[in-house]
Amino acid sequence: MATTDLAVHDIGSGREGQRVVNDWSLQVATVNGSGSQSANTVILRTIFQMGVPVSGKNLFPSNIAGLPTWYTIRANRHGYIARKKEIDFLVAMNPETAVEDVKSLAPGSAVVYDEPLNLHTVRNDVTFYPVAFDKLVATVCPDAKLRKLVKNMIYPGVLAHLLGFDMAEMEKAIRRQFGKKQKAADLNVNAARAGYDYAVASIEKRDPFWAERMDENRDKIIIDGNAAAALGCMFAGVTVVTWYPITPSSSLVESLIDYMKKYRMGPDGKSTFAIVQAEDELAAIGMVLGAAWAGARSMTATAGPGISLMAEFTGLSYYVEVPAVIWDIQRVGPSTGLPTRTSQGDISFVAGLSHGDTRHIMLFPSKPEECFSMAGEAFDLAEQFQTPVFIMSDLDLGMNNWMADSFEYPTKPLNRGKVLSKEDLHRLGGFQRYKDVDGDGIGYRTLPGVDHPNAAWFARGSGHNEKGLYSERPDDYVNNLDRLKRKSETARSFVPKPEMVADGTSKIGVIGFGTTHWAMTESRDQLKKEYRLDVDYLRLRAFPFTKEVHEFVASHDRIYVIDQNRDGQMRDLLKLDLDPAQVTKLRSVRHYNGLPIDARSITDEIISQEGR
Amino acid sequence: MASTTTPAPRTNRLGLTVIEYKGGKTTLCAGCGHNAISERIIDAMYEMGVEPHRVAKMSGIGCSSKTPAYFMGKSHSFNSVHGRMPSVTTGAMLANRTLLALGISGDGDTASIGIGQFIHLMRRNLPMIYIIEDNGVYGLTKGQFSATADLGSVLKTGVINDLPPIDTCALAVQLGATFVGRSFSGDKKQLLAMLKAAIAHNGTVMLDIISPCVTFNDHEGSTKSYKFTKDHEEPLQEVSFVPHFEDISVDYPAGETLDVTMHDGSKLRLHKLEEDYNPTDKLQALSRLAKAHQEGEILTGVFYVNTQAPNFMDLLNMADEPLATLPESRVRPPKEVLDKCMDALR
Repeated sequence: MATTDLAVHDIGSGREGQRVVNDWSLQVATVNGSGSQSANTVILRTIFQMGVPVSGKNLFPSNIAGLPTWYTIRANRHGYIARKKEIDFLVAMNPETAVEDVKSLAPGSAVVYDEPLNLHTVRNDVTFYPVAFDKLVATVCPDAKLRKLVKNMIYPGVLAHLLGFDMAEMEKAIRRQFGKKQKAADLNVNAARAGYDYAVASIEKRDPFWAERMDENRDKIIIDGNAAAALGCMFAGVTVVTWYPITPSSSLVESLIDYMKKYRMGPDGKSTFAIVQAEDELAAIGMVLGAAWAGARSMTATAGPGISLMAEFTGLSYYVEVPAVIWDIQRVGPSTGLPTRTSQGDISFVAGLSHGDTRHIMLFPSKPEECFSMAGEAFDLAEQFQTPVFIMSDLDLGMNNWMADSFEYPTKPLNRGKVLSKEDLHRLGGFQRYKDVDGDGIGYRTLPGVDHPNAAWFARGSGHNEKGLYSERPDDYVNNLDRLKRKSETARSFVPKPEMVADGTSKIGVIGFGTTHWAMTESRDQLKKEYRLDVDYLRLRAFPFTKEVHEFVASHDRIYVIDQNRDGQMRDLLKLDLDPAQVTKLRSVRHYNGLPIDARSITDEIISQEGR
Repeated sequence: MASTTTPAPRTNRLGLTVIEYKGGKTTLCAGCGHNAISERIIDAMYEMGVEPHRVAKMSGIGCSSKTPAYFMGKSHSFNSVHGRMPSVTTGAMLANRTLLALGISGDGDTASIGIGQFIHLMRRNLPMIYIIEDNGVYGLTKGQFSATADLGSVLKTGVINDLPPIDTCALAVQLGATFVGRSFSGDKKQLLAMLKAAIAHNGTVMLDIISPCVTFNDHEGSTKSYKFTKDHEEPLQEVSFVPHFEDISVDYPAGETLDVTMHDGSKLRLHKLEEDYNPTDKLQALSRLAKAHQEGEILTGVFYVNTQAPNFMDLLNMADEPLATLPESRVRPPKEVLDKCMDALR
């Protein structure tokens, strides 16, 4: 398959003699399991260390080794780090896809390829650089068994010459990549250098693309969203983590295991946490609920198929009113097909997950910084509202490397919610589990193990009265449901507020969320620059929607809601929440081909719907 | 001294009366075996002097799973979803390992919808007592066969079960539970002794308790009726129990009696009825259970006990205190740690 759509270049085709500096995308096409991931990370880090804004996106198959995989790196001096639709520079290492990869390029692009592939015969309007990788690798890697892996560290060196990467930075990136494995680091540095020396001596640069040093990345880090989430959970004081491996969420818990083992061991050498790999997602969420009922900050991480299995327990969590933090790293689903591709396809499913009347809090991180900070917010909200909280990340955010600002240490103490201690019970004499004492819909709870004769309550599903006693009375049921609704209304004022970019004059508003943010930011500039169309932009950060969302819709004539799913799921949720008079303002922009959304797709769709 | 005053009510070692261990009024059918089991649980907890606030009563869905409402009203309880009590209990114990978890399940809740969670619970040797109130039928949905129904057992409607039963005890022994036995709701003495030993154990206790369903499975042709169970019960031992806080004075002749010292120092005393049977031998347990099936016996008693195996909390190397209530200072690393993590990513 081609991972690029038909290319449309915004600078036009007359590039001869022109230098395109820090504004290009590079795609590396390799075979899964060939060690290319290290090489690609090295390129990404080299550009990062040169101070140029950069992003990397791994488009990989559901496979361990042998199937085609692509890695796209975008360097952009304006800081645009969304996926770019067009590829400017291709490294073709995979015989299986090379011809199609080359065919999908726009005229004027450049291709480095493995010489035996003979790609220069495919077309004559792109620049070709054949490199005899096998010959080069033989000179630096005497051990024939290692050559397959080391071969892929040669193209970073070739690119260093062609694109102008700083070789000192590249060597630093390689040494960092291999850590304490000195021999492996040396071998790979030599391979990159061999590629570089060869290119300097034998390749004449004929394309316009260049990297030049900038100073945009001071204090920035590179991290994937899942590792950021793991850090966030550790600093949020998580104590019980239960999970079932599933792409693209597994690396969240695996990062968490690494961090917790390092930083959450007590002075007695015992862990202040429990991480359990459950037998399935049913058990994972069941353990989360049991732990939360007993008072622990507990969480799980999963993806769509796991969410499906968690539906029943999620409903129970909503009705028993025990906290839970659930990370949904969304992917395309269900079953096989595109389990390693990104999507925002679980939005409407999760909003009302389970049977019966339910409505769940969702948070929408757009960047690693928010994966970190929203972890803490999610635990606070879950315990404050005694309800499940879903963090709706996606594969693009979770598994790809992103530039981010250093995370800020949380200053707010943990909000453990309305939990009555033994002393509280002595003072009060007793309590009613589901009574709305404070008018916010949230009752008080006690934890098992509290030594007071009136501490115990009976956790069960929907059929209970204010005292938590079994009841099938219609009035008790209605009371309970109305209180739960009140609780959800209270949540509107506590969930993260949206972020807004508006100049106050535009009649057109755009609503986006999650990873769409990066493409949307760029699209907004495209609309302004290319079409003189100003749009205001609101980035949703939570459901239920806060009052700012309603105000934003009310103050614009037309609202485009950007969804990375087929049916416009967020648009639908807004429809349900808005005043009927406002609903007709909503328009929908949808992207659902498994690839991260790009600015051009949004721009084109808005322009088309604007009738321009 | 004149004895006109009413005598002080009997209390246990905590000074609590048995009333403190009672629960709400049962809503199950009169004569249901489950009610007898609830009574024995009350007796065992009372006699062992367990603090009610330390007990977590856990259940799934079904007649059996309703019973936690009918005993120990001063203990916390979680009536969860069908077949998933094991995971909820696991979570609760991870959060607070000082709790005494008592899970009540049924044959449908365990052997059908919950078989997956049951199996994995047994593997983990989580400290808890897992009771199956086993009547071979679904009561709340009015009398369908469950997966523990015996081959050839007949429903009231005339339907004959033609699938082999799942032996939950054999499964539990094979998978890693460290205290496994079968009893009968009608055998007061044996059941009480086994429940007390269960309370004294530190690991997964799995007790399958035959508990006849008087409404749907107590007729001629049923192999889980009172009559059939009484006629076919084959006790492996006479089970008695001496708690750690009582003196052991009676000595039995060696060879006939096996004393198992439990985690808390109590003694599980097994007066052997089958001379060669050794309840610490897994293989023997499995082969004896297989033989019971072959011969149509309802074998009861303690099939397997292992007081040495590490439990799940030991394997996880968890802190001794409940994780749930660790102070913020112990669960949020200091700023220096974040700085260090950030530096590593620059």
